Amino acid sequence: MRGAGPWGLKDDGFDKVMDLTGWLRLDWILVAVVGGWLLIGVAGVLGLRRFTFVSRVLFPAGGALGLLLFGLALGAIFGAPEVAVLPIGLPNLPFHLRLDSLSAFFLMVIGAVSAGISTFAAGYFRKAEGTPPGLLCLEYHVFLASMALVVLADDAYAFMVMWETMALSSYFLVTANHRVPEVRRAGYLYLTMAHIGAISILLCFGVLQANTGDYTFDNMRAQNLSPFWASVGFLLALLGFGAKAGLVPLHVWLPEAHPAAPSPVSALMSGVMLKTAIYGLLRVSFDLLQTRFWWWGGLLLALGLATALFGVVFAAVQVDMKRLLAYSSVENIGLVIASIGLALIFSGYGMKALAALALTAALYHVASHAFFKSLLFLCTGCVLHATAERSLGKLGGLIRYMPWVAWVTLIGVLTSAGLPPLGGFVSEWLLLQSFLFTPGLPDALLNMLIPAAAALVALVAALAGYTMVKFFGVIFLGRPREEKLAQAHDAGAWERVGMLWLVLGCVALGLAPVQFIQIIDPVTQQLLAAGLGRTVAASGWLLAPISVERASYGPVIFLIGVAASFALAFLMVRWFYHGRLRRSPAWDCGFPWQNARMQDTAEGFGQPIRQIFEPFFVMRRELPTPFDARPRYRVVVEDHFWGWIYLPLAALAERIARLVGLLQQGRISIYLLYSFVTLIAMLLVVKR
Amino acid sequence: MNIYGVISQALEIVVALALAPLLTGWVNQWRAWLQNKSAPSLWQPYRVLHKLFNKDSVVADHASPLFRAVPYIVFGCMALASSIVPTLSTDLPLAPAADAIALVGLFALARVFISLAAMDIGTSFGSLGARREMLIGFLAEPALLMVLFSASLISKSTSLTTMVEALAHQELAIYPALAFAGVAFTMVSLAENARVPVDNPATHLELTMIHEALILEYSGRHLALIEWAASLKLFAYSCIGLALFFPWGVAEADAPLALLLALPVLVGKLAIGGFLLAVLETLAAKMRIFRVPEFLAGAFLLAVIGMLVHILLAT
Amino acid sequence: MSELLAQFVNLLGALLLMLAFAMISQRRILTLINLFTLQGLVLVVSTAVVGYVTGQPHLYLSAGLTFVLKVVLIPVLLHRIIDRLEIRWDVETLINIPTTMLIGIGVVIFAFNLATPIAMLSTSLARGTLGIALACVLLSFLMMITRAKAVPQVIGFLAMENGLFFAATSATYGMPMVVELGIALDVLIGVLILGVFMFQIREQFDSLDIRHLEKLKDQ
Repeated sequence: MRGAGPWGLKDDGFDKVMDLTGWLRLDWILVAVVGGWLLIGVAGVLGLRRFTFVSRVLFPAGGALGLLLFGLALGAIFGAPEVAVLPIGLPNLPFHLRLDSLSAFFLMVIGAVSAGISTFAAGYFRKAEGTPPGLLCLEYHVFLASMALVVLADDAYAFMVMWETMALSSYFLVTANHRVPEVRRAGYLYLTMAHIGAISILLCFGVLQANTGDYTFDNMRAQNLSPFWASVGFLLALLGFGAKAGLVPLHVWLPEAHPAAPSPVSALMSGVMLKTAIYGLLRVSFDLLQTRFWWWGGLLLALGLATALFGVVFAAVQVDMKRLLAYSSVENIGLVIASIGLALIFSGYGMKALAALALTAALYHVASHAFFKSLLFLCTGCVLHATAERSLGKLGGLIRYMPWVAWVTLIGVLTSAGLPPLGGFVSEWLLLQSFLFTPGLPDALLNMLIPAAAALVALVAALAGYTMVKFFGVIFLGRPREEKLAQAHDAGAWERVGMLWLVLGCVALGLAPVQFIQIIDPVTQQLLAAGLGRTVAASGWLLAPISVERASYGPVIFLIGVAASFALAFLMVRWFYHGRLRRSPAWDCGFPWQNARMQDTAEGFGQPIRQIFEPFFVMRRELPTPFDARPRYRVVVEDHFWGWIYLPLAALAERIARLVGLLQQGRISIYLLYSFVTLIAMLLVVKR
Repeated sequence: MNIYGVISQALEIVVALALAPLLTGWVNQWRAWLQNKSAPSLWQPYRVLHKLFNKDSVVADHASPLFRAVPYIVFGCMALASSIVPTLSTDLPLAPAADAIALVGLFALARVFISLAAMDIGTSFGSLGARREMLIGFLAEPALLMVLFSASLISKSTSLTTMVEALAHQELAIYPALAFAGVAFTMVSLAENARVPVDNPATHLELTMIHEALILEYSGRHLALIEWAASLKLFAYSCIGLALFFPWGVAEADAPLALLLALPVLVGKLAIGGFLLAVLETLAAKMRIFRVPEFLAGAFLLAVIGMLVHILLAT
Repeated sequence: MSELLAQFVNLLGALLLMLAFAMISQRRILTLINLFTLQGLVLVVSTAVVGYVTGQPHLYLSAGLTFVLKVVLIPVLLHRIIDRLEIRWDVETLINIPTTMLIGIGVVIFAFNLATPIAMLSTSLARGTLGIALACVLLSFLMMITRAKAVPQVIGFLAMENGLFFAATSATYGMPMVVELGIALDVLIGVLILGVFMFQIREQFDSLDIRHLEKLKDQ
């Protein structure tokens, strides 16, 4: 059923509130939220250096609009798709916009997460950075608005315009501290990779419209492409959206750009922008393409698992806290892509219920990753502000000076490690459950390879736990490795509110999976004509996607069980025995001159991973000799892909550029000769 | 959910809490006898717990509240784990809360918390122990998951109670996949419970410690809770092994009187299992820490091969 | 009953695979020989069981022959060779053991996948084990490739023959007796000759490291 607002046909609305002005949710979103964000951005430019106005008024307003978006999208998921046509755009291709369940889900994620991040940013931005605050406000809100519009776009032109706007605004945000050379370099790399992806996406849309000249998505849905062209379109989409999402080997910009940006921007990029790439992939493969082949799913599964393993292994050996989180994002995106691949495999064989299970796992992980990764990046922002240190080798013991941030980070870390009863575990559980159904597949080879893939998922999840213990332990626990850490201050009020909202999201995703799956149900119904909603609703608070005998998980009972045992043990011990405590120096094995430098370093904690997974890395070591008066040890771990792909490509580009540069002789007569030759050639062609 | 279910659940929790130190004492006794030493009494672990609870808890100067909370958290996790595994009966109201995958997650939760507690003190041994424990964990956890997957492929469910019922009621059938899974499970339990050949629970040399290095700083009631949690972990792992590979004798949902039989059967099976563990520990030598990843990788790959063999033979 | 025995043969096949895998990941030569002896024993039991179920008495003879050769004679021979060459060290591998195990898994998946359509054609009792037997053969071959010393290579060669024997038993109820005796004789002679070679290598290079054989290249 199609409905449209004041720009199109009249329609019957569903909600009395919405019906007040004859406007549908899509219209409300466009005017109130997107328009509001753009207005805030403009207001920021008008008050370019008015720091308090920008940070205390404009950013919280942006956060409130995010919450509004979350509410509107939540309502829209259960409703029918809505369409709008804007009077801007090309002469015979105005902007088409469409709000269906898939867009609504991603809008929910964008709205909810950005609300928390904007609130945090209200308290975070300080005066001394390279860009004036008003300009930062403009770029930030344009970024948010363009992400929302990317998800709403219903034709290729609108999509590409919004995609480019997203890339450009985030480039400016990444290079906010443009006085630092590394930041400029990271931004340049980011922009290059974003454009390579954009070209691929454009080519994909070109293939999808199959020579009809009509670039609207509705037209693409109606096309019936041959298997060859459908596969070409899919591969181009994979290349383009994969470059934005961070699939190996196109991930190289992620570990550079995310650390270089200010922390709220890193959170936004990692938590939200990567999800728009996932949205694009889902839109193209499940909505715009009408047939699906199982080998697409196999390719996605293989790539996703390779990315996940690569990301987590690299994350485990990092010594910079933001790079660690960036590689961890690569890992999580890999898991999402692997789930989508599994859904494609099932869908290619017509097993719709199982495809819905795998797709639900993917979407759940999208939501939960958005929350916990943003939370973790915001916490590193607090640490960075308090200590001005990003390197793990100079942090430590911060739980004493920043307890609030530490406890909030602990929740984020536990969610990231995929531990029950928090949000990261549910998506992992759903994914492993869908792997267990694969022996029903008709193909014997797939039947055998997929349990091996399940083993890899389990390995990645365990390694993620390792990485997160390292992250939390080296930063917050132990003894401070530098003296200045004693002056670290805790988070401010705005920052606390923002982080608390995200913590609420992580916990809610963990404790109420049944409700969230019922929210995801319309999305899978739209894409696959199957969903878990009904089976899940049958078991109440227990998550049992197929049946209770088959598999079940009850996070609330779980939490109550652990908490009850905790409380009972505490009380019983105090009742029967006592609760006396004494303090004393730590055990030193008879060596009383222990200092903070004797703790494990970040390199040390990553050493077993470096040893076991040695072929993954390019390592450069500087080892001290026995004769050094001040011995130093340094190990730098790098990516193979730079040497295999990017450096040769860059060298090739340079050589071609040099060859072309030969044309520039610097003498006017030569240039006139070029014009003369071209003129003669054109006359010859015209003569024919 | 009927009264029998509640009774069997409560009985299971009480039995787990009461019998776990006894199992540890039994294993220690047999280890001593097999090495021709005179053994401590069977009730020694209880006396140790009582002594530790009576003592003051001494905590390092700069330990954080996390350090003091972790023993209770770990104890809570292990108590919940022991009450989920169907030891006496499959009619457990708490069992639907966590299936096999969530059980592995529960163990992982306990492991993460205790590693964080070890890093909290900031001495070299604490962080060394944390690193080693996480290393063993990151290889043992997927292996355990794969073992449980093999069993769940056979019984077509990941819920532990369904697995026990399915495996107990199969017509006498030999599953080769379970042979692989059994070997892999033994290797994983040895690693996770800090037994020889992975780690010596009776060692006094700090450089060879893994599990002991994590709890070096704890004393008094905290140490008592952690020791009890370690015995509960051994108990839970043994019961998982019994449930997967020797599930006969467990009471079913509609046979409440079978509970009376189930307890002696459980005690008997655990006694045999404990004896075999002691034999294994006596015959094997502790391996170098650098060989442990290979050992666990072998367990992991064996479990994967078990799954593949099952799929091959089922087609 | 015969259903149960068929599953028992499956179990023995799985044991064989486990032993082959254990041999790949072993470091010490004495343990390798013990594992090989165990493999021979498993083979004897499985042949006897298949012979009992299908009522083919010549399989009992095969089992007896295998026992004498693989469980008694060849291990004794190998122990003597090791004593005379005074080998006590750990086995060196050309690629490290976890990677070998990973390649082993890939080989197993390949073998299983290959065997499934072939197994559908067979009508024998234990046809599901064809894939397992093929996997054993390939794993032993892998062991031969990745070892740097001569004795484990010999053991790998013998283990390959074990796998072939198991494949023959499970698919076709044993080979004709003549072929069987011929193979057994070949294996025995092979081991004797390899033993002689090992002495020669040792004399020439003062070590049993096969990488030294590369020095014989014309360069």
